[in-house]
Amino acid sequence: MIEQLLAPSVFAAAMRLATPYLFASLGEMFGQRSGVLNLGVDGTMLMGAFFGFYTVMITESLLLGVLAALITGLIMGLVTAFISVTLKAEQGISGIGIYLFGLGMSELLYQRLIGTPKSVSGFSNIYIPGLSDIEFLGIGEIFFRHNLLVYVAFALVPVSAFILNRTPFGLMIRAAGQNPQAADAMGVNVTRVRYITVMIGGMMAGLAGASLSIALLKVFQQNLTSGLGFIAVALVYFGRWRPLGILIGAMLFSVVQAIQLQISAIGIDIPSEFAVMLPYVITIIALVFASKRMEKPTALTKPFERGES
Amino acid sequence: MSATLPTGHRRIDQLEMRGIVKRFPGVLAVDHVDFDVCSGEIHALLGENGAGKSTLMKMLYGLYQQDEGVVRLNNAEVRIRSPHDAIQNGVGMIHQHFMLVPSLTVAENIALGMKSSRGWRLDLDLVSKRIRELSERYNLKVEPDIPTWQLAVGEQQRVEILRALYRGAALLILDEPTAVLTPQEVDDLFVILKKMTADGHALIFISHKLHEVLAISQRVTVLRDGRRVDTIPTEGATRLKLAEMMVGRPVVLEYERPEVTVYSDRLQVRNVSALNDRGEVGLRELSLSVAGGEIVGVAGVSGNGQHEMAQVIAGLRPLTGGKIEINGQDVTGRSPSVVRKMGVAYIPEERMIDGVVKDFTVAENLVLHDHGRKPFVSQRIFMNFKAIRDACQEAIRAYEIKTPGPDVPIKNLSGGNIQKLVLARELARQPQLLIAAQPTRGVDIGATEYIHRQLLKERARGTAILLISEDLDEIRALSDRIVVMYEGQIMGIVPGKDVNIRQLGAMMAGTPLDKVAEMS
Repeated sequence: MIEQLLAPSVFAAAMRLATPYLFASLGEMFGQRSGVLNLGVDGTMLMGAFFGFYTVMITESLLLGVLAALITGLIMGLVTAFISVTLKAEQGISGIGIYLFGLGMSELLYQRLIGTPKSVSGFSNIYIPGLSDIEFLGIGEIFFRHNLLVYVAFALVPVSAFILNRTPFGLMIRAAGQNPQAADAMGVNVTRVRYITVMIGGMMAGLAGASLSIALLKVFQQNLTSGLGFIAVALVYFGRWRPLGILIGAMLFSVVQAIQLQISAIGIDIPSEFAVMLPYVITIIALVFASKRMEKPTALTKPFERGES
Repeated sequence: MSATLPTGHRRIDQLEMRGIVKRFPGVLAVDHVDFDVCSGEIHALLGENGAGKSTLMKMLYGLYQQDEGVVRLNNAEVRIRSPHDAIQNGVGMIHQHFMLVPSLTVAENIALGMKSSRGWRLDLDLVSKRIRELSERYNLKVEPDIPTWQLAVGEQQRVEILRALYRGAALLILDEPTAVLTPQEVDDLFVILKKMTADGHALIFISHKLHEVLAISQRVTVLRDGRRVDTIPTEGATRLKLAEMMVGRPVVLEYERPEVTVYSDRLQVRNVSALNDRGEVGLRELSLSVAGGEIVGVAGVSGNGQHEMAQVIAGLRPLTGGKIEINGQDVTGRSPSVVRKMGVAYIPEERMIDGVVKDFTVAENLVLHDHGRKPFVSQRIFMNFKAIRDACQEAIRAYEIKTPGPDVPIKNLSGGNIQKLVLARELARQPQLLIAAQPTRGVDIGATEYIHRQLLKERARGTAILLISEDLDEIRALSDRIVVMYEGQIMGIVPGKDVNIRQLGAMMAGTPLDKVAEMS
């Protein structure tokens, strides 16, 4: 039984399940590192999922579908940034507003434009020549037989770390999130930095949605994400605002999820609700015991006001 | 084309601000002020809190925009709309609250907001190299790869100065740079500043400490209520003259301290330990006593346990070890309300946070503690607002509190007047022990003088007073004994009379008294 639960196919599924988390969490991380908490990720994901799906359905072009999801996310990010950065609204509350908007709007559009459940062929798996044939420990199956978006999501982990730690822009992001007054005094445009990170976060949330609707599930239905975006926000905390931490968190989540799917697939009789709860319980425990690391953006949720300290 | 500085940047031969006006809603913060500074000069800007010093300089650094007036740099008019513009023009500023991002390293903090020579990749190795060159030249010792949260305050200030130099500051504004330093660190800073002026930098030194202004500057401009009182050469100026220019009337800088009867120990602190807000050890095995009729001054650089000590005694912070006695009675671990009933009064360090409820009226703040007591209640449950208002009128008169009346929100009052109200509230209880934490911080000279006199009056009445202050002048002017704290420990206790300032400084920097005595 253990063998069945830890089969390579389970880990391969975990890689796929981790994809939307990675997109959404890495995007959210940029916003949070610059000082903006966006609780509306799930709503943006739903909008991205819908427009990605609908575009693919109409045009049958995956490229256009991805573009549509990115643009949708960008617009949602722009709105979020306007509310949080320019209007300086309470971020916890306005994020819930963004979520509810995305939830309702995507459902409305689905009913008006699609109506009945449909599916698309979506992204197909790309076998990496040579590597996908590695039999040893099932490496080939686990890592090298996925659709394009899976590869992109995992590649974004080191890319995000590089942007954050090795570029002048990353420096500005970190400064804006920890001491915006200092950043401002050093000639950094805090408002601009926050707009950009929140818009990046929006685009990545849109892509996260599309990775569900046109790659992983290949369908759209109401509330397709079922709260996945909120887990993505929690993962940012879990990962202590670092890409590697987020990767670990996302994998932890998706492995447990994949095993849980396998449990029901092979028909073991334990309530699946337990397995569904497990990742959330782990997150709460991790958050309680997490040390106060210096990476924490101390200006998170605090609007920036020049000259105030 | 003007000459260049040894840092390779363009020199500012002269900077001139003319007719500068800045209005905030309801206030004329800066009123037609002229100011200028030249290469090689330290020009001190002196004034009380709210006189407009910081506002004027924030305009020069682009944090505020002036409503009227012009800024001329090397005789050419410039508009400085943001800190970015200021930096472009060679103007740098060292802020009172340091502008460092704690998790970033020294090099990252300095590279922040600057173009990288490698485009979209950081060039921290080159930045570090240049930092080392500059720190060599100006004797600003600092390690580029350490995160700044690990640095001591003095080191953080060096990073700030380095950063300004790195960015080509030819004119540097220093906003109260000595406020957080030990006397030795102040000496080190002055050496650095002199080196900079010798190289042709222009410096503006904002301060309200008269002796420092006299020691370091060539010219002094005094501001009062947003107006320029005068600009005079430092040579020939005296503390008394500068103080009078600041306040606008004759002032007293030293007090008579008559001999008073000293009673038995009112406060006994024995081997007390406690944690600070970050959960680290904040107080280690601390012991001291204060007798009735005695002022014990606690000196030390900010953040060395003074704050925790005041809170522990007031019952606001739990102990991890030790014992506290008031009038011989054990109050260890008792609640603030019990401690207050024992006759302890407390003037907290953060008056707007811990001292008053800022949206409450003056009268309400006066009875924050005594509102449940006669005559402020009638029939046990109803507040007697007339009695409260009468008591407030009396306090306003007795303590010379400047307020439109008892019913205005306290936040509309100036810092000095708020502090007088806190003092009125605490002294009304005729305390046995008074803990005064930074009682005159951010308070104007007039109110400071008044508060000092009240403290001496309490001393004469036989109250035991624990005075915690970062202002060494205040400590020396009032204390019978001086306790110096460093990293939560007492470095030594010395008599307040004829105290040796170098000795105090060495203790503030972490040398115990016996070691200091050996050295001298």
